[in-house]
Amino acid sequence: MAGIYIHIPFCKQACYYCDFHFSTSLKKKDELLRALIKELKLRKDEFKETPVETIYFGGGTPSILSNEELQLLIDSVYENYKVISSPEITLEANPDDLDKDRIVELSKSPINRLSIGIQSFFEKDLKLMNRAHNADEARSCIEEAKKYFSNISIDLIYGIQGATNEQWIKNIEIALNFEIPHISSYALTVEPKTALASFIEKGIIEDVDDEQAHQQFLILKDKLEEEGFVHYELSNFGKEGFFSKNNSAYWQGKSYLGIGPSAHSFNGIQRGWNVRNNTKYIKALERNELPIEIETLTLTDRYNEYIMTGLRTIWGVSLKKVEEDFGKLFKDYLIERADIFINQHLLYIDDEHIRVTRKGQFLSDGISSELFKLNLA
Amino acid sequence: MKNIRNFCIIAHIDHGKSTLADRLLDFTGSVTDREKQDQLLDNMDLERERGITIKSHAIQMEYTHEGEEYVFNLIDTPGHVDFSYEVSRSIAACEGALLIVDAAQSIQAQTISNLYLALENDLEIIPVLNKIDLPSANPEEVTDDIVDLLGCDPSEVIPASGKTGMGVENILKAIIDRIPAPEGNLNEPLQALIFDSVYNPFRGVETYFRVINGSITKGQHIKFINTGKTYFADEVGTLKLNQVPKKEIKAGDVGYLITGIKDAREVKVGDTITDAKNPTTNAIEGFEDVKPMVFAGIYPVDTEDYEELRNSMEKLQLNDASLVFQPESSAALGFGFRCGFLGMLHLEIIQERLEREFNMTVITTVPNVSYYAYTNKNPDEIVIVNNPSDLPEPSTLNRVEEPYIKATIITKSDFVGPVMSLCIEKRGQITNQTYLTIERVELSFDMPLAEIVFDFYDRLKTVSKGYASFDYSPIGMRASKLVRVDILLNAQTVDALSALVHADNAYTIGKKMTEKLKELIPRQQFDIPVQAAIGAKIIARETIKALRKDVTAKCYGGDISRKRKLLEKQKKGKKRMRQVGNVEIPQQAFMAVLKLND
Ligand SMILES: Nc1nc2c(ncn2[C@@H]2O[C@H](COP(=O)(O)OP(=O)(O)OP(=O)(O)O)[C@@H](O)[C@H]2O)c(=O)[nH]1
Ligand code: SF4
Ligand SMILES: [Mg+2]
Repeated sequence: MAGIYIHIPFCKQACYYCDFHFSTSLKKKDELLRALIKELKLRKDEFKETPVETIYFGGGTPSILSNEELQLLIDSVYENYKVISSPEITLEANPDDLDKDRIVELSKSPINRLSIGIQSFFEKDLKLMNRAHNADEARSCIEEAKKYFSNISIDLIYGIQGATNEQWIKNIEIALNFEIPHISSYALTVEPKTALASFIEKGIIEDVDDEQAHQQFLILKDKLEEEGFVHYELSNFGKEGFFSKNNSAYWQGKSYLGIGPSAHSFNGIQRGWNVRNNTKYIKALERNELPIEIETLTLTDRYNEYIMTGLRTIWGVSLKKVEEDFGKLFKDYLIERADIFINQHLLYIDDEHIRVTRKGQFLSDGISSELFKLNLA
Repeated sequence: MKNIRNFCIIAHIDHGKSTLADRLLDFTGSVTDREKQDQLLDNMDLERERGITIKSHAIQMEYTHEGEEYVFNLIDTPGHVDFSYEVSRSIAACEGALLIVDAAQSIQAQTISNLYLALENDLEIIPVLNKIDLPSANPEEVTDDIVDLLGCDPSEVIPASGKTGMGVENILKAIIDRIPAPEGNLNEPLQALIFDSVYNPFRGVETYFRVINGSITKGQHIKFINTGKTYFADEVGTLKLNQVPKKEIKAGDVGYLITGIKDAREVKVGDTITDAKNPTTNAIEGFEDVKPMVFAGIYPVDTEDYEELRNSMEKLQLNDASLVFQPESSAALGFGFRCGFLGMLHLEIIQERLEREFNMTVITTVPNVSYYAYTNKNPDEIVIVNNPSDLPEPSTLNRVEEPYIKATIITKSDFVGPVMSLCIEKRGQITNQTYLTIERVELSFDMPLAEIVFDFYDRLKTVSKGYASFDYSPIGMRASKLVRVDILLNAQTVDALSALVHADNAYTIGKKMTEKLKELIPRQQFDIPVQAAIGAKIIARETIKALRKDVTAKCYGGDISRKRKLLEKQKKGKKRMRQVGNVEIPQQAFMAVLKLND
């Protein structure tokens, strides 16, 4: 199994909380497209015989691209890589790009999955986060998309300042009424150097409240599980058969190729990341160079990553896999370190797998870090 | 010999001893311009950084006055009460002392205690009114204070400034005129007093001595009377800014000796050096061993560093014989050492030197004084309690005694009230109150030593707005009501956090400790109850609330390595904490009880 992620680094306007890589100027769009296609070509041998099962357009805002432009990229994937017969092709799209015509148009393309950045159905939240769309667009785009796509995911953000639990429940209920099969949901996180961080620092916006975020997370989990969603990853809920194939690859340590500025790649032992700058990215590819930095993971790094990602998913951390991939010493260490959290009912062992409990779920980062091993260097 | 003068500089802390020593060295041309720097004699990093003298420093100067050539041996001493034993040793090598008094601060507690030390040794006192360049100086009044204290004539007080150099010539003249030349007989067998020793990693132990009678020559076969050991004097010399090797050091003079001794414990300060074949019959009366006043556990943060810590402590002891330690173990912290210190400043300095000079990160546990406990079974046998865990079970305990001190506090009359209430709160009993002048009062208290270990200095400074100085000396053991307050984290006793406190204070201290720990221990993934207990009885309780959320919610392809690194960093950061049971305790929490009122 292999996946290709293509990063489209453009957005109409900057959301206050966002620390992804994007530019709000479309001046370099054509050059960038050429560079993406060049990169796909230059890296065509990286997967060898492994066929591509998923293609994912992420961003930024990939829906900024026209259908023709997206098609060019898809064609380029097919030209250079072996692709299975019905790959999952996802487009991240923002509601303001998804009017009726566009949706119809997209439905005729090979794109078969939409991941829509709704974030909230309430105007006040959208304004506070400086999203480009409004509450009406949030609803209407789903209504339309439902007619043409069966595989839809939406993003929702909780823990927004001033958003009560009642409002959050309404958000969830609206989403559920649309009968969407997949929801990704994140706590509003204050990333350093974002507009949000600076507003909070200056006291223009109040800080996020961990306690509120925790409550809303539990509300979300309960409501969605009641409706038959599987909480298969910390921030992802899906109906059976609708888990994101692309993202699952990340969490399960599978290989993926990241194309575009700031995109990350992984081949099982090495992680690579492309330069986070559109101009530098374009320039390098014009010279037929890959603007990538590569890090080879040590055994400890890979163990740590497995713990970190494993604990976030329903699949948990397999003791058998730890022993097979990393050796008995790692397994013994893991069991010893996990003990504390098992006693605190934050972790549990079942069927040779370590998983987080409901109580431990929201603390999985801290717990992972406790289970980590440190490189000696 | 008639042209030798041996003197020390004594004063209250910060009154300008080391700075005035600089001026004397300048004026006599003992240092070149290139060698000059402020408080030149404070040559340890820590001394320079903190701006205080920790160790006495001896140095020789030459000075020509009215055509006569003189040799001056000067010893600069520390002012802080923790190091007063350094002063008494220095005094024993001298015939005179410059008593420095800050013209703005006048007579303070250590001015008096150090003066008495000098008078007990019959030293000639030259009073120096220092810092008269200060705008806040009060020369007339302070001169009167000095005259009252010494019973001298006002004309004997020399006004000076270590900053401008004013008065230095008069001081040098007074040294010649007033301090007697040493008396001694060059023809008698060698008799020299060891007043200090310094460990030099390359040359071994350097012994500083003052020759009383006879002389010591290079190559001489010598004997240390007290230890009974004999050596050859590989090198003798005088203590200039750099050591100057000499063939011979004669009666009346001060010098250094190198014999190849590697273990500093072989050199007992106060011992007498004599000739091995022709020994003197007069051993000089030695010094009492310095007694540690405060005890605390020192543990490596990383249990694996125990042996390295032992090594470091041993090396440190070579430099600082007043440090004592012995191995101990704690359920919470593993193996470490119970160490005895001269006071809290000494403790702080040792901890800092371990970190700085030996690169050891250590945890220091709650300090306590040394108690005597008696059990019902053997009501006459002393059980020495240097560690909270040494205290016998309450049911078997017959009685406890604790060390008392005589505290002398000099303050302005405005602050007598607040100072008294503080001392009474600290279980002090006033024994004397004397008005030194209309404005300045000397108060004496009998007080438990333990009470000054816990935040006494800082509070004294606060209640007196800085206008109080403090000195103390031990006066023996007295009956006490002692309990051990244990701390439980997550229902587990953490022995390293236990403290011995007076029963009357137990509740307040228990409460403050739990509050302080709540503040210092970072929130973890679960609630942590923090309890204080006496025996099985819980006397205070706080809860460190669990973290509710520590995830950055999204985690996609690009985030994985970044996030892994973030979490690895988080874990590394925690390495500096000590895991006890399942709670991570930061280093400073172990000393929390000391800062209960912050
Ligand atoms: N204005 C003024 N400041 C002085 C004078 N002498 C010393 N000082 C300052 O007073 C402070 C203390 O001086 P030191 O010479 O270190 O005092 P000390 O008595 O050796 O201190 P300890 O050894 O720690 O007891 C320093 O900041 C000096 O610069 C003086 O004559 N005039
Ligand atoms: S649309 Fe997405 S990528 Fe663009 S600024 Fe908003 S959150 Fe960031
Ligand atoms: Mg000094």
